[in-house]
Amino acid sequence: MSRRSLAGAAVLAGALLLTAACGSGFSGGSSSNQQTGHASLQIMIASSGDAETAAVKQAAAHWAASSGNTATVVPAQNIDQQLGQAFAGSKPPDVFYLDAAKLADYASVGALWSYGGQLTDASDFYPTLRKAFTYKGTLYCAPKDFSTLGLEINTAMWSQAGLTGADVPTTWDQLTSVAQKLKAKGMQPIAVSPTHDRLDAFLAQAGGQIVNTAGKPVADSTQNLQGLQYVQGLLKNGLLAYSSTLDTGWGGEAFGKAKAAMTIEGNWIEGAMKSDYPNVSYQVAPLPAGPAGKATLEFTQCWGISAKSQHHDQALAFVNAMTAVSQQLAFAKAFGVMPSRQSAQAAYQQEFPKDAAFLTGAAHGVGPVNAPKVDSVLSDYDSQLTQLATADPKSILQRLQSNLSAALGG
Amino acid sequence: MATQVLPAAAGARPAAAGRGPKLGRRGREALAGLLFASPAMLMLVLFLLIPILMAFWVSLTRWTGQGSPFTSGVPFAGASNYADLFARNGLERTDFMTSVRNIFYYVLLVVPLQTGLALGLALVVHRRRARGRTFFRTAFYFPSVTSSVAISIVFLFMFTGGGAINAVLSAFGIRGPAWFSDADGIVHVLLARFGLHTPPAALTGHGVLGLSWWDWLAGPSVAMCAIIALVVWTTSGTFMLMFLAALQDLPAEVTEASLLDGAGRWQRLRYVTLPMLRPTMFLVLTLGLIGSWQVFDQIYIMSHGGPDKTTLSPAYVSYATGFGDQNFPAAAAMAFVLFAIIVLLTLAQRRLLRSRS
Repeated sequence: MSRRSLAGAAVLAGALLLTAACGSGFSGGSSSNQQTGHASLQIMIASSGDAETAAVKQAAAHWAASSGNTATVVPAQNIDQQLGQAFAGSKPPDVFYLDAAKLADYASVGALWSYGGQLTDASDFYPTLRKAFTYKGTLYCAPKDFSTLGLEINTAMWSQAGLTGADVPTTWDQLTSVAQKLKAKGMQPIAVSPTHDRLDAFLAQAGGQIVNTAGKPVADSTQNLQGLQYVQGLLKNGLLAYSSTLDTGWGGEAFGKAKAAMTIEGNWIEGAMKSDYPNVSYQVAPLPAGPAGKATLEFTQCWGISAKSQHHDQALAFVNAMTAVSQQLAFAKAFGVMPSRQSAQAAYQQEFPKDAAFLTGAAHGVGPVNAPKVDSVLSDYDSQLTQLATADPKSILQRLQSNLSAALGG
Repeated sequence: MATQVLPAAAGARPAAAGRGPKLGRRGREALAGLLFASPAMLMLVLFLLIPILMAFWVSLTRWTGQGSPFTSGVPFAGASNYADLFARNGLERTDFMTSVRNIFYYVLLVVPLQTGLALGLALVVHRRRARGRTFFRTAFYFPSVTSSVAISIVFLFMFTGGGAINAVLSAFGIRGPAWFSDADGIVHVLLARFGLHTPPAALTGHGVLGLSWWDWLAGPSVAMCAIIALVVWTTSGTFMLMFLAALQDLPAEVTEASLLDGAGRWQRLRYVTLPMLRPTMFLVLTLGLIGSWQVFDQIYIMSHGGPDKTTLSPAYVSYATGFGDQNFPAAAAMAFVLFAIIVLLTLAQRRLLRSRS
């Protein structure tokens, strides 16, 4: 062995030793050593904007002052990535926003402390929301707030087509017929974002599910097929167009620019309409019912508490304070989210009468797919849905089913 | 290299022998050299070599992303993460192979185009009599020093359906595509123009590594072409600078001699300038190749891999697998496969350029 390669080998060996040393350096931090008394909580949030950050910071400071703890709120730029890094480094934040679509990812690897059973008045949370944060029969965390999809209607275009308030569709058939009337007047009736986060509403209205409550994939059901076929029919007849084909980024943009008379979005559209398209007048209706009745999609986040946190009791007290009815109503006023507690419904409805359609969605809302490691499966499904106009709905669903089976079986 | 060092060291040995265990002059020089180099080497080891080895370890495990991957509780997986990428029929393999296909076409277009453009620009601004040389040098280099995020967003606006690019095209009577939502491969588009609308069953029915031959042969999608245009435009400035530095280093005597020999402008370029630029050409091609295979930020900002996965890049798939699916071992394995592809291609390119000389 030449001297050079010897030196190389020595460097490599040294590096390997250092690697091992580094490895042992950031291990440790077992979950059992709970500390009582004063706690310094780290709270990571995925904020929708300055208003939300300020409101959460203020609420956290208020809680900290009254309970004798400290609470630091960190707004994340990319919460998935930052949480992943924090958990890998064994120093996760004590409390964090956790999207329902990500619940199973974290719950399945034991990253979450399941405190559902110790929550104050847990049964007050909407049942559909509790279901969204239940993984394998355990309620893991307290729902923070929620949004549902509604049908937004451009009132000017509506009356231009000779339609009135009585024509607001409540069934698929009515939706098709008003869309045809709008199209006859040369308008694009419906625009939606080409994603399962909108289109799965039609699947749910046909009575289908992607993954059932037992966690098994059931994507290739006849109900789902019926839902997709209905959407395909709308697409083929030019009644529904994807926002991307209208040269817009999302359904709200197509709707705001009056490129379509209707769209399907959640209550976040109100902020966008107010700031970007203040002159467009519109109304919101619940999504029309399908053959299996009413259904809408529900998006929600919870207050996750990490299993590795050393301050479980204090973190739970913090979450209880954040999900109290008065606090939820304060958040609603500050940045327009719907409270997750049923007892806050009446007060919220009084404050925001325009949101009635979104609020009623809570009764028949369907949460996101509740299964671990399905992110790439769902983005594959999305890319299939963009081809729905020409593709075979059955093979799309079969592909989704087999990908889900592979992801969940392994 | 080792053969060059050894005789010299042997020559130094008799002198050192008299002074016992003390180092000879060369030994002391080597030690001093090592000492001077050690801060840089320490940084390399600490921030490059060790993380790489740690990532390699992760790629051999079934680590869930919880706590340290170097504890006894993390199950060892052997090479199964790598085997899954190539042998297991599933979404992971399809996504990764799709990304390899996309970036293969991307590299095939980006590297020659950016090298050619950079060389052309360098030759233009190198000419002594060219007017406004300094201005053009700065102008051509400008895209390279601008943030890729800012440029990507500007390109997003330019390439929207009703954007500037399509407005220019429509002035010539061409109806531009909806760039970033057009997933059609340009090979497929060209074939369709020649009347081949339905792909032959021989190509769709068979395939390798989870993609059918028809999919492998799709060519870059229209959306990918927009990204290719962006990358060629932004990177050629940097490479122009390298060519320019090399051009200014070329000995004037050789050029003068070729002038005396009666060589025309093209002959000078072909037989004098280009051969002397060979080392720079190798550097530019290698850097271009490596940079292109690793493309991430433009994809992350502009397309997230869409439409229909035609702009997925291996680096982006690795990121999405790691932080989207929380499947860090598979993500690390993808990164090492990408590393292997880059090393192999660089070696092949080196051999190719060398055998021609």
